[in-house]
Amino acid sequence: MTALDTAFTASGVLAVLGGLFAVTTRHVVHAALWLVVALLGVAGSLLVLGAELVALVLVLVYVGAVVVLVLFALMLTRAPIGPDVAHAAGRWRATGAGLLGLATAGLLATALVPLADGTVERADVTTTQVAGQLFGTWVWPFELLSLLLLAALVGALAVARGDRAVDGATAP
Amino acid sequence: MTLLEATLRAVAALAAFLVLPLLVGQAEHKVMAHMQGRLGPMYAGGFHGWAQLVADGVKFVQKEDITPRAADRWVFRLAPAVALVPYLVALALVPVHPGVAAVDVPGSLVLVLAATSVGALGTLMAGWSSANKYSLIGGLRAAAQLVSYELPIVLALASVALAGGSLSLAVLTERWSPLWLLWQLPGAVVFLVAAVAELQRPPFDMPVADAELVMGAWTEYTGLRFAFFLLSEYAGIVVMSLLFATLWLGGWHGPLPDALGWLWTLLKGFVVALLVIWVRVAWPRLREDQLQRLAWLWLVPLALGQLLLTGVGVVLGW
Repeated sequence: MTALDTAFTASGVLAVLGGLFAVTTRHVVHAALWLVVALLGVAGSLLVLGAELVALVLVLVYVGAVVVLVLFALMLTRAPIGPDVAHAAGRWRATGAGLLGLATAGLLATALVPLADGTVERADVTTTQVAGQLFGTWVWPFELLSLLLLAALVGALAVARGDRAVDGATAP
Repeated sequence: MTLLEATLRAVAALAAFLVLPLLVGQAEHKVMAHMQGRLGPMYAGGFHGWAQLVADGVKFVQKEDITPRAADRWVFRLAPAVALVPYLVALALVPVHPGVAAVDVPGSLVLVLAATSVGALGTLMAGWSSANKYSLIGGLRAAAQLVSYELPIVLALASVALAGGSLSLAVLTERWSPLWLLWQLPGAVVFLVAAVAELQRPPFDMPVADAELVMGAWTEYTGLRFAFFLLSEYAGIVVMSLLFATLWLGGWHGPLPDALGWLWTLLKGFVVALLVIWVRVAWPRLREDQLQRLAWLWLVPLALGQLLLTGVGVVLGW
């Protein structure tokens, strides 16, 4: 086992454990923090495989912005210290979610495991290559996605601001 | 890299991490005092109170380490480490001399950004887990502020990366030319303002506003854990000042012989740190809505304009 194998295994285990704890814990804020662990594990795996920029941007965007937003939202609502029993999923839903997760994992494994030959190889992906793919080959899906996000943002604003006329009528 | 070299680099980074924040802290004590017509600490250590922070450290070590009974024990105890360690990583990446950085990686610019964004989580963890309303409100304000000011910082740094054509701090500093002082000026201003806000220093200290929130997210902390939060704040000043000095002020470029490059970097960084201290003394605290307004209506458009200008410049080959 090379050092690369060890590092890849370690970050992989970290990612899987973080993910498992994130979905099984009863503490909502702990779930968000376990998500950070899982994301750091994924970033570590990407780093070992040589996709440096993708790994670092993953940490920057998901840990630095998305998880911060999640924590902000949790602190705005009533995020209790201790287990959150009010939002506990029933036994059937938990079983269903577990089965769905297992099925997805199995599907991914059957597709991906035959591709691996047991060794970890480092493919140095330069920033120029990533940029070329993103802004050349995949530029239309990329732009479509940003349009989708913009639409979601405008929709959220519309919902949050509500109807001005109705507000005015009900105001004292 | 041999084991010995790796150890030496790690020890050097740790030493810088322990000494530079103390220097900035002491400078803040004395400079702030003199700006306000006071003397500041005068007794500890004999000469102009130079040992005041060492004495403070000894005091913090002796204090009892209290975890409130209602607090979320693990998150509460982990938060100071989460706030502190990322700044150690970030500081290790900053190049001080041609070819001299504790860790030299190709994407160091993005790594510094990623590390500091992880550090921000520490404050949020502290704010939520303390089971204290002041801490919670402090954590909320911190989260809102960090999300808004992360964007201008990333955009300003992206502009520099575009101008220098690299994501490595060392290469960017090498390619710096005095022209950047003018060309990258809007981005520099945006970065400096957003960095002060990211560190939650006055005038952007709404999250720790002591008149209304006691000490914000850090209210329940005592002893060494509280000291770690303070240390992370000063380490943050050091990291941001050195980043500003290397990227916008040219780091080791200076009139003296090349061997003294590291001195230039440290000197420029210290001047920026003094500016950060000066800002604290000079301006009153911004209200929460003013703070958000400044970020979204001024800094983000300015940074986008700078990015556009840099893009045009790079395409035209300035």
